[in-house]
Amino acid sequence: MNFRALWIGKRSIFGLGAAAVFLVLAYLAFVAAKPAYAIPAFARKYNLPCSACHEAWPKLNNFGQVFRDNGYQLDNGKDSPIWQSPTYWPVTFRITPQWHRNSSSHQKVDSIPGDATSPPLEKTITSHGFDLSGVDIWTAGTLYKNISFSVLPSSDSSGSFHFENAWVRFDNLLGSRWANLKFGKFELDNMISEKRFLFLSANGGVYQLYHFLPVREAAFVSSGVNALNPGFGLGDNQLGVELAGHSPNSYTRYSLALLSSNDGNVSVPNSSYDGFASVSRAFEVNGLGLQRVGAYAYFGQRPTNFNTAGGTPITGAGSNNKSFYRAGLNSVLYAGPLDFSLLFLHGWDNAFLGTGTPGNALLPAGAHAPTWNGGFVETHYTYNPKLIFVQRNEFIRMSRQALASDPSDLGNLDAYSFGARWYPIMFSRAGLAWHSEYAIVKSARTSQVTGRDVWSSSVLFGLDFAF
Amino acid sequence: MARRDAIARRIAARSCLFVFLAAPVFSQESHIGNLAGEVGRGKKLYQRFCIGCHGEQGDGRGENAVYVDPRPRDFTTGTFKCRSTPSGAIPLDADLFNTIGRGLYSTAMPPWLPLTRQQRADLVAYVKSFSPRFRQEKAESPLEVPPETPASEDSIDRGRELYQTTIKCALCHGKEGRGDGPSASTLTDSKGMPIQPYDFTAATRFKCGQSDEDLYRVLMTGLDGSPMASFSNSLKPEQAWDLIHYVRTLQPNFHSRERNAKSNQLAKTTVKDRSPSEAKEGTK
Repeated sequence: MNFRALWIGKRSIFGLGAAAVFLVLAYLAFVAAKPAYAIPAFARKYNLPCSACHEAWPKLNNFGQVFRDNGYQLDNGKDSPIWQSPTYWPVTFRITPQWHRNSSSHQKVDSIPGDATSPPLEKTITSHGFDLSGVDIWTAGTLYKNISFSVLPSSDSSGSFHFENAWVRFDNLLGSRWANLKFGKFELDNMISEKRFLFLSANGGVYQLYHFLPVREAAFVSSGVNALNPGFGLGDNQLGVELAGHSPNSYTRYSLALLSSNDGNVSVPNSSYDGFASVSRAFEVNGLGLQRVGAYAYFGQRPTNFNTAGGTPITGAGSNNKSFYRAGLNSVLYAGPLDFSLLFLHGWDNAFLGTGTPGNALLPAGAHAPTWNGGFVETHYTYNPKLIFVQRNEFIRMSRQALASDPSDLGNLDAYSFGARWYPIMFSRAGLAWHSEYAIVKSARTSQVTGRDVWSSSVLFGLDFAF
Repeated sequence: MARRDAIARRIAARSCLFVFLAAPVFSQESHIGNLAGEVGRGKKLYQRFCIGCHGEQGDGRGENAVYVDPRPRDFTTGTFKCRSTPSGAIPLDADLFNTIGRGLYSTAMPPWLPLTRQQRADLVAYVKSFSPRFRQEKAESPLEVPPETPASEDSIDRGRELYQTTIKCALCHGKEGRGDGPSASTLTDSKGMPIQPYDFTAATRFKCGQSDEDLYRVLMTGLDGSPMASFSNSLKPEQAWDLIHYVRTLQPNFHSRERNAKSNQLAKTTVKDRSPSEAKEGTK
């Protein structure tokens, strides 16, 4: 038997097979990628393709933004629930079965497994396997003309549920688009929404800037010493009331919100309040499309002490509130099939928060209010409504550390994410996306034992579907 | 020399072929003011926003069409309801542009105002490409809307006479404008689908715009593809205004001069019909 010939033959067959698979995939991706038709809850109601409201779901385009701003109403005389078939139930389910690989360098581990007293070591921890995301069971719509609602019970991957949002909104008060009042738990009016972006992996699936806390503060918040201080995330849904308005085509928008100082955590009232404001303006540029620019600011406070009973903090009994703020500029710029989301953020936290010092204690020597600046550029290339490529570069730089003795770059962060979403089917009652993503994050000098840079990376392939 | 001639002939032939092939493409552009819409861009937008109802071929047979009432427009016929051009004529680019931005109230067609002006112009170009009529026919001049006559009580009375008796709008739209006239249940559109006459009492917005001028245009150009005919041959302009003034009084939520005039008229009639003592009581 001529093994060499057989091998060459097999290699040729293998090569041909691989080429065929590649060609089929390429064909499916670029030629057979017909327009998107998808409809979960709202699209079912209005018989519109999902691509009417979404650049690529869940990312909204301006039409979707106007629909949302207008209280989930299209203003075509068929918005009221009485127009719907009695069997219509405005609910969407979304979940992502996936395979992922996560890796973090310089993680603290016991040198003798199981022996907490053994000297700690640093090691790269890598895990991979098949998994599930949490599930979103989202219902939203109109209760009546100009009264809209949303309820989103959402679980983590183990099935433990919480309410991601739950609100009622009174739309077009006094017949004006400029007066809409929302009450409940809702997403802040971030022009660049973390809830609707196209990243899912452990490292890419958050805007680092929206959740960043200086290193010492982050350690304090997560330590449990101040267990009822939830920290803060601009991307977290918050509890409160919002007054918002917009022009007929939502080119001009504003939002003012009064929020509980609890980062949206229920049953943690904290008896103090935060404020958020955002404003944006869009304009057309011939040949490029719609360009939107805006500004935002969040002013908040968090308790640094709690009254305790038996050593346990009493819920809502926080005291010695200390303030913080986040402020910045954002924009979404279109250039044909390309669009760029740009964000700049400046952060400032009170020295007590920044150093993790209880308000009834003395600040450590050399303590300052930490400040930082950050930004990201997120790029989308929409080949067609069924195929989109995404990429993001994100940077955070400390401009002043909480303690003068800390290295100036402690906690600096660099994050890069790349991905593609392909929607092979988007029929009128459901959508399915093949999601692939790679993300990597470097956090400067944050390893717990040696103070070295920590690199974390994620690879994720999943089937993201909604119906 | 002969070779040069052959090359020249080949170039000329290819140029002619190019012009011949390209002509339909160029003619499918749209022009709205200083905006020029492009078919290629329009196609992408159409696939994103419109295809679900109007279908890939523009024939109104999108996957959602069966769920939509009234059915989506079939662009291949080149027949459009909201026009400024005479009945039977193709619409102006601006008519299509305005329809996309305004939407068609009480149908599944929402206002696409959130799209940029350029996007809407591009969509117009692509929508036109579905029908050969836009390549074969020249757009006619738009209807001129004369100045509106005063919305007096007399005008409303004359309008009522036209509505109820002379033109017999009531046959379809009903005596009180509820869209429940004796002929209402028999009406079909040009595709043979049942169609309901407009219920003036249900809303303040009409399909083709909200202003009196828009209503005038509808009366005089008709809604092609529907049983609503053009009355340009049977109504003088001042009669059309009278009719519009009357139709406005049928809209319960429309606060207009016509409605105020009607209210005054009713108030006067009521007081006139009552005895002096009753009228006096009524003023307490």
